[in-house]
Amino acid sequence: MITYIIIGIVVLLAFWLLATYNGLVTLRNRVREAWSQIDVQLKRRSSLIPNLVEAVKGYVKHEKGVLEEVTKARTSLMDAKNPHDAAAADNMLTGALKSLFAVAENYPQLRASENFKALQDELSDTETKVAASRQFYNTNVLDLNNSLETVPSAWIGQMFSFKKEEFFKASEEEKADIKVNF
Amino acid sequence: MTKINTAWDHVSQNLFKTWVIMFFFSIFAVAVIYAISMGFGRGEIGGLGLTGMALIMAGVMNFVSYFWSDKIVLGISGAKLIEKKDNPEIYRLVENLCIAAGLPLPKIYIINDTATNAFATGRDPKHAAIAFTSGILQKLNKQELEGVVAHELSHVGNRDTLLMSVVSVLVGTIALLSDFFMRSMLFGGRNRESKGNTVMLVVAIAAAILAPIVATLIQLAVSRRRELLADASGVLLTRYPEGLASALLKISADKEPLEVANRGTAHLYICNPLKGQEAKAWLAGLFNTHPPIEVRVKALREMEGLT
Repeated sequence: MITYIIIGIVVLLAFWLLATYNGLVTLRNRVREAWSQIDVQLKRRSSLIPNLVEAVKGYVKHEKGVLEEVTKARTSLMDAKNPHDAAAADNMLTGALKSLFAVAENYPQLRASENFKALQDELSDTETKVAASRQFYNTNVLDLNNSLETVPSAWIGQMFSFKKEEFFKASEEEKADIKVNF
Repeated sequence: MTKINTAWDHVSQNLFKTWVIMFFFSIFAVAVIYAISMGFGRGEIGGLGLTGMALIMAGVMNFVSYFWSDKIVLGISGAKLIEKKDNPEIYRLVENLCIAAGLPLPKIYIINDTATNAFATGRDPKHAAIAFTSGILQKLNKQELEGVVAHELSHVGNRDTLLMSVVSVLVGTIALLSDFFMRSMLFGGRNRESKGNTVMLVVAIAAAILAPIVATLIQLAVSRRRELLADASGVLLTRYPEGLASALLKISADKEPLEVANRGTAHLYICNPLKGQEAKAWLAGLFNTHPPIEVRVKALREMEGLT
């Protein structure tokens, strides 16, 4: 009788172990998938930049530095390999675009251009999409980290060396920027 | 118990309460089926065959409405499918919130009606559809619309069409079984001559009369719970409870009823589309598909401290 009870407990434990392990793998894959979604939006965003630079170049003669900033930020965004670098580069691009659009305010002809308006619309929509995919990524990171920090799943996580993921954060720079603007 | 104040707390509380209701509903269904079956057999379980029949009938009826839920409802409400170029603002808004929720983009429909309302349907996220009246698109600002869209997408993400279909099958089974029993009482069943337990018979008659009403009340309680849940999960998407709160107040202040809605489709909308029929009293409140606006706004304003 006792042997059966012990066998029963062992079988249950094994099932629980399997289920927890598979759950953690699912959560980790979701984080990866969510990250690739951010990547899609970031790619979309950087692919719009050359068109924007092209559209603006003819008008903006004196503020070449602003355009260079934008191009530089785009390059580092394209080169970013992990969430941390991508977050930094993306925040840099946001800042550079902000100054570009501020400069554009001084050129009524540029502002009136349909092409420029369409690009501006598209870019601001992409920015919202980046923010949205970032939010989804963070939700998934939260789920994974919660499982890796609460017992008993934390034990399984340690056993198979699962790692906590990093949130996609807004940079200190971006936060400071908002304060200066007001 | 600690005070419930964030959207996370509201989500887990509403999820928990849904499962509590579902748990008691299952026990209730089993008890009713048992009582009526005993009544058929006069003391021995004799009605189980009929229970199976009722279950299959209710199951088939509800499977049809579950599987083609989007087509049926959209057909009844006269909604038109739109593309990005027809209304880029609302299209982008839905697109962006879908990314945040991690849901595939649903089909977007517009109902040409000046009433302010919206609904979501579809058997799973891949077959989801979301519909807006042209009135709601005109009268709400962007943040309010975001709140509404997030609420609707939460219904999709929470698989509410599936849950409500399961509930409908249970309610339908109980209603059909009670109906079979009452008919057999009126027209005389094959067990009439057998002498049996009178107490069981009385219990079965009482169950057959009361159970369909109780089942409907439970169904409505689940529906109200899911509305509160969609409000709270919607807030997790927009992180701006006031947007939905203000949208709900605007929608309820607008007294124009939505002509294409009826009692069968009312529970799908963000607010009860049959204006002027919401009952305020507690007893009548049990028959509402949606919680009163004041309750929903109060819950949303509690989440204010979230961001």
